[in-house]
Amino acid sequence: MNKERKVAKKKGKEKEEKVKQEKASPKPEESKKEAAPQQEPKGEFIPIYFMGKKYMVPATVTIMKAIEYAGYRFIRGCGCRGGICGACGTVYRLPGSYKINVGLACQTVIEPDMYLTQIPFFPANKARYDIDEEKADISTILDKYPEIARCVSCNTCTKACPQDLEVMDYVQAALQGNIERAAKLSFECIMCGLCASRCPAEIVQYNIGILCRRLYSKHMMKKAQHLSDRLKEIDEGKFDGDMEKMKKMGTEELEKAYAERDIEPV
Amino acid sequence: MYTPELLELIKKVEATRPERIKKAQKGEHFPRMSYEEGGEVLHRFHPDYKKGSKRKLGLGPNEGDLVPNEVADILEARSIIDPGSIDLDNIDYDVDVLVIGAGGAGDAAALTAGEMGAKVLVVTKLRHGDSNTMMAEGGIQAASKPQDSPARHYLDTMGGGHFTNDPDLLEALTMDAPGAIAFLEDLGLMLDKDEDGTLRTLHGGGTSRKRMHSAGDMSGAEIMRTLRDEVRNRPEIEVVEFSPAIELLLDDKGRCAGAILKNLETEQLLVVRAKTTIIATGGFGRLHIQGFPTTNHYGATADGLVLAYRAGCGLRYMDASQFHPTGVIFPEQNVGLLITEKVRGAGTQLVNIDGEQFVYPLEPRDVESSAIIRECFERKNGIETPTGRLGVWLDSPMIEILQGEGTIQRDFPAKHRQFMRHDIDISKLPMLIFPTLHYQNGGVKINPDSETEIPNLYAAGETTGGIHGRNRLMGNSLLDIIVFGRRAGKNSAARSREVKPGKLSLEHARKYNKELEKKGLGDGLTSPMILPDYAGKIA
Ligand code: SF4
Ligand code: SF4
Ligand code: FES
Repeated sequence: MNKERKVAKKKGKEKEEKVKQEKASPKPEESKKEAAPQQEPKGEFIPIYFMGKKYMVPATVTIMKAIEYAGYRFIRGCGCRGGICGACGTVYRLPGSYKINVGLACQTVIEPDMYLTQIPFFPANKARYDIDEEKADISTILDKYPEIARCVSCNTCTKACPQDLEVMDYVQAALQGNIERAAKLSFECIMCGLCASRCPAEIVQYNIGILCRRLYSKHMMKKAQHLSDRLKEIDEGKFDGDMEKMKKMGTEELEKAYAERDIEPV
Repeated sequence: MYTPELLELIKKVEATRPERIKKAQKGEHFPRMSYEEGGEVLHRFHPDYKKGSKRKLGLGPNEGDLVPNEVADILEARSIIDPGSIDLDNIDYDVDVLVIGAGGAGDAAALTAGEMGAKVLVVTKLRHGDSNTMMAEGGIQAASKPQDSPARHYLDTMGGGHFTNDPDLLEALTMDAPGAIAFLEDLGLMLDKDEDGTLRTLHGGGTSRKRMHSAGDMSGAEIMRTLRDEVRNRPEIEVVEFSPAIELLLDDKGRCAGAILKNLETEQLLVVRAKTTIIATGGFGRLHIQGFPTTNHYGATADGLVLAYRAGCGLRYMDASQFHPTGVIFPEQNVGLLITEKVRGAGTQLVNIDGEQFVYPLEPRDVESSAIIRECFERKNGIETPTGRLGVWLDSPMIEILQGEGTIQRDFPAKHRQFMRHDIDISKLPMLIFPTLHYQNGGVKINPDSETEIPNLYAAGETTGGIHGRNRLMGNSLLDIIVFGRRAGKNSAARSREVKPGKLSLEHARKYNKELEKKGLGDGLTSPMILPDYAGKIA
C-alpha cells in the first residue's frame, strides 16, 4: 500500500532522491504561468479521513491528489491518473449514509468528511486459454468461468462500475452465449475490479468481458482481406524497390517529394 | 461546468461555427503551412527551442550533447545502490530473457520471445500494463489499404520527423506495420471494422493516406489489456510487479547479463541473471520538462534510459520533446489529459477567443503545438481559465454536425465520459486545450534488430530514439511498440540460445560514480527516479 513519507520508514537514500526530484522539476518564473505542473492550492480546505486518519485538503481536488497532498507517495493504487487504467479503485462512505461507495481515486472529487481507503489489490481468477482453439460460444464461458452461473442478477456490479457499464447485462449476455453482445457491452471496461470486489457470487466480470471480446474479435468478426493481401505483397517484395529508392533519397529530394505528395481527401 | 465568463466566450465560438461548418463541408480548409512557415513557427515558439532549458551532458557516451535540464539531472546522478553492498552470486532469478517494463513494448517482446521457446521474466515497477500504451487513444498507423504503401508511410513519417529519422529503423517500422496489425487481429483485438472485415481507417496529423487503425477511442487500452491477457495465458512468462530494475548487470566481458531489482514494498534487492535483456521502460513525461503538465502515466520517469546510459549505451535526439497540441486545461482536475488527434481527424477545428480559426487542425504535432503557443502568447488570443492557464478552444460540437448526432458518444466514449464527470457535454460545448508534454522523441540508440550498443542488451518502444526523428507522428508509437517489441523479443530469444553469461558485475556503475565525483557532477544525487514525488503537493 502507499507509504507514508513522513513516517521515518525510508532510508537516507530516499532523501537524496527527494532532493534530486525537487531539483529535477525547476519552475522557472517565466514558464510558470504557461505550464506550471503544480498549482498552489487556493481557497477552501475540507477534512477527509484516509484510512481513518483526518487530513485537511483543498476542496476541489480528486481523491488521488488529496491523498498525495496529505503526504503520501503512491506505490500501488496509481497508474494513468486519467481514468483509463483501473489501478486506483477506492472504497468510501459519506457522513450520514450507510452506503458503501466505490470509485476511481483519480476521477472522483472529494467531499467533506469522506471516509475512504484504496483497494491496492484484489485477488481474481484468470483462466488460461489458447484463444485460437476456443469456440466463441457458451461452452467456453462455462468451461473457463463456471461460477458465472451463480449470478443472482442483483445488479451490484452495474452500480459499482465507474465506467457506467451495464455490467450485469454483459455477464448475462455471456451466460446466454451471446458473445457479441457481451463483447460490445464490456468494450469500455478498464478492468478496475470494483465490480468483482462487490459481487456476492464471486464472479470476475472483467475477465469474462475480455474473454468475450477476444472470442468475438477473433472468431466472429470477419478477417480483413485487404490486410492479408497486403502481407502477401510485402512478402513477395512488391514494395522493396520503392522503399530502396526512398531510402536513397537525400534530404532535399525527400523534402521535395514530401511537399508534392498528394493527400487523400478527409 | 464552465464558469459564466467562459460560457460567455463560448458564444463567440458558436457564432462563427455555422460559417466554418459550411466551408468544411465544401472542403475548404484553413491553409496548411508551407514547410518553411512551419519551420519558422517551430523555431520561434516550440518549447524545444526555449533558451536556458537545456544543458550539455557532462559525462558518458553523449558527453557534450545538449539535453533538457531535467534529463541531465537524472543522467548526471549516482546509482541508487552501493555497488559493493550486494552479493551478486546470490541469484534470485535465472532466465533466458529479462524484459524490463510491462507496457505494450515489453509485453509484445515477452510474447514473441516466449513463442520462440525462451523462459521470460517481465519486471515492472507498477502493475502489469500500467503504461503509456494504456493511455494512447488515437490509433495505430499501417499502410494496409490498396491506395497506400509502406513507402508513403515512410515519406509521411520522414516529413513529420523533419527528415531526421533513421532510414533503416523507419524502413523496419513501415514495412512491418501491416504485420503488426495482423498480429493484433490474430490475438483477438477488437479493431474498428466494417461488416465485411475492412479495417476502418482515418487520417492523423501529417498523414497523406487514411491509415490510422483504431479500437474506439481506447486503441491503446485495448492493445494493452489484450496483450496483458495473452501474457497471463502463457506459462513460460513470469511477471513480477512493483519491482523495478534499478541497475543493469554486465558480465566480465562487458555484455549485459541481467539486472538488480528492487521490491518497492519490502525494499529487498533481487539479482536477475539473464542471457539477454530488453529495456522497454517507456518515456520521460513525469520529469515535467520545463515544468509542463504531462499526458503520461505515473511511472514515466525514464528509468531505462538512465540504466542504459550508465551501462554505456549511446542516446540520440534527447533534446527533442513532443508536446501534444491538445492537452486539457479545464477543468483543473483533468489538466494535462490527452485529447486524441482523432478528434481533429473527425473534423474538429481549433479556434481562438474570437471564435476564429488560426491553424490547419492537422499539422504535424510540433507545428500545431507551436501555432497554439503563438496564438496565446504572441498574438494574445488565448482564453484564460480560472486558475490562470491560457489555451484555445477545440470545437468538438462540429463533429456532431459534420458526422451526425451521437458520433461523439459512439466514437469518443471515454472522452465524453471524462468531461461528463465534470458536467461538460463535449458534444455541445467546446473543450479548452493547450500543448502538454507527451512523448520522448529521442532515446537509446538501437539498430533494426532492436540491439543497443551493449551486447545482449535490447531496447524497444518510447525509451529508444531514431525511429521518429525529432518529432513523432500520431499512431506511430503504438506501431513502434509492437514492431520493435516483437523484433526485440525475437532477436533476444534467438541470441539467448548462444549466450552463457559470465561473472556478474556492477563495475560500470562504480566507474560511473567515480567519474561523477572526479568531474564534480551530480551533487550526490541518485537515479533512476522510479516514481515521481507529489507528496505534500497538488500534482
Ligand atoms: S454482482 Fe455478481 S451476482 Fe450480482 S449481478 Fe453482478 S455478476 Fe451477477
Ligand atoms: S466492468 Fe468492472 S472492472 Fe470493468 S470498469 Fe466496470 S467495475 Fe471496473
Ligand atoms: S490511475 Fe488509472 S484509472 Fe485512476
